[in-house]
Amino acid sequence: MSEPLLRISDLTVDYATDRPVRAVDGVSLEIHPGEIVGLAGESGCGKSTLAYTVTRLLQPPAQISGGSIEWRREDGGTTDILGLDGRELRAFRWQEISMVFQGAMNALNPVHRIGAQIEDVFVDHRAGLSRAERRERAAELLRTVGIPVDRLKSYPHELSGGMRQRVMIAMALALRPRLIIMDEPTTALDVVVQRNILEEIDRLRSEFGFAVLFITHDLGLLLEISDRVGVMLSGRLVEENTPQALLDGAGHEYTRHLLRSFPSLRGDVPLTGTRYVDIERGEEALA
Amino acid sequence: MTTLEALHLAKDYQIRGSGLRPHILKAVDDVSLIVRPGESVALVGESGSGKSTIAKMLIRLVDPTAGDITLDGERIGSGHRATKRYRKRVQMVFQDPFSSLNPSLPIRHQLVRPLRIHGIVHTRAEEERELHRLLDSVNLGPAAEILAKYPHELSGGQRQRIAIARALAPQPEVLIADEPVSMLDVSIRLEILQLLDDLKKQRNLAVLYITHDLATARHFSTQIVVMRHGRVVERGPSSDVILNPIHPYTQLLVRAAPDPHSEAFDLDPERFRLSPDVLVTPDDPGPAQPGHWARAWADDAAVAELLATA
Repeated sequence: MSEPLLRISDLTVDYATDRPVRAVDGVSLEIHPGEIVGLAGESGCGKSTLAYTVTRLLQPPAQISGGSIEWRREDGGTTDILGLDGRELRAFRWQEISMVFQGAMNALNPVHRIGAQIEDVFVDHRAGLSRAERRERAAELLRTVGIPVDRLKSYPHELSGGMRQRVMIAMALALRPRLIIMDEPTTALDVVVQRNILEEIDRLRSEFGFAVLFITHDLGLLLEISDRVGVMLSGRLVEENTPQALLDGAGHEYTRHLLRSFPSLRGDVPLTGTRYVDIERGEEALA
Repeated sequence: MTTLEALHLAKDYQIRGSGLRPHILKAVDDVSLIVRPGESVALVGESGSGKSTIAKMLIRLVDPTAGDITLDGERIGSGHRATKRYRKRVQMVFQDPFSSLNPSLPIRHQLVRPLRIHGIVHTRAEEERELHRLLDSVNLGPAAEILAKYPHELSGGQRQRIAIARALAPQPEVLIADEPVSMLDVSIRLEILQLLDDLKKQRNLAVLYITHDLATARHFSTQIVVMRHGRVVERGPSSDVILNPIHPYTQLLVRAAPDPHSEAFDLDPERFRLSPDVLVTPDDPGPAQPGHWARAWADDAAVAELLATA
């Protein structure tokens, strides 16, 4: 087994509000080069907070209370992501890890053309490029994700939801990062478009070899596309395994509950509409 | 009990075309549906296929360009009073429980309004009893606590239960549920769908379930109607449509839906040759014909394009 690209160890994140909330609770997770790791869990389980921690986008009142995140550089050395600041962080972000945010509908700036928004990445991170070179790179990126190049002149509202999501992916690819974090990238899209985007991600991954941390509440989807799947509940990573192993027999009761919570389309799996109660915490996880 | 029937519904929208000529968008183009008591019909299709426009016409938020809507064969008059009488019998649950409840009013107010407006209760005591019954029927409690809360104090699933309770308040006979669970977490979707299913049986409701989730459409509905570009492309008993999809678009939907429990599904435009009992014709025979039907696609350029990219 290769060395992990990203090693999250015992990470704990708290929101220091009037009633402090432990959003991420002692999570350890490794991501290897070129791998798709899925992270499942319902709203409020801490999966987005985890993503924001890895990209260092957390804002107060969130605070990292413990643990470490280690990144393996291309030269073989390791970087402590939590220790980065200022210029180092700026050089690291997007260059090494980029992110496709939840809700492509809102993640693009509505008053700027698509082309200008993609070029912004190069303005910030590749100061040496001329205007013509930036434009050429932006066009190339659109081609990569299967959008006609004349769309560079379009505004976000002139594109469909699926196309906007492709633009977001193009921006994430801009600097050839080795890890892309995707936070619910297809949740607002309908099934056929979702399938196209997933196939696109898989194709790009085999072309460029980046790893993906794919976050969604849709476990059924993750089981199909991931190499490994982690399940989060109330800030804890309760289970992590290959999709086949989870389908064959999940270890944690909550995973089994999630597995039962979507009916099989063509199979005849009996339905159960029950509520999961987090026994260890003694509270209703879904309340 | 009541059967909701929509015949040859159509809705055109004028959108800005090129130059001075307005462009007509046929959002819904000759769609007929029947929803019978105790039965649930699923309307599926991608965004923009016209599903929600149909829902809006059926609840009378949008006037149809053409077509008739009848309840037990009786046509619905126009005007405020007729609409109110109609809405006592036909109610709707909206997609987004975060925006369909008024954030500045307590739950009690949101449930009392329909009870009073539609003359369900006449005294305070009746009102209190009915409120408790409503919350009880959607499995929410303790009633006193819930009634005093504001929407933001409830979870998404709880809010959708309130929205369902509100729809049930006038004691309707027909319920239109427009993507009732798509904004909710996967883990609580089944619970809400199960609740709708139980209510359908207890109250002999006719339910129109609008969704893009084929799996739940199959499991919670007797009939499935597949729409694309404002037209019905396939209809039939739920399991027939899902297990043996004939129209290429339906096949594409079945292939695209995540289904880790089953083998991958292969697209085959020639599938109809193996299923002689499925009717394939250019014209929709309508919902009165109960069998499995698919629209012939030989002259349909959009389908050819679809197959080329698939």
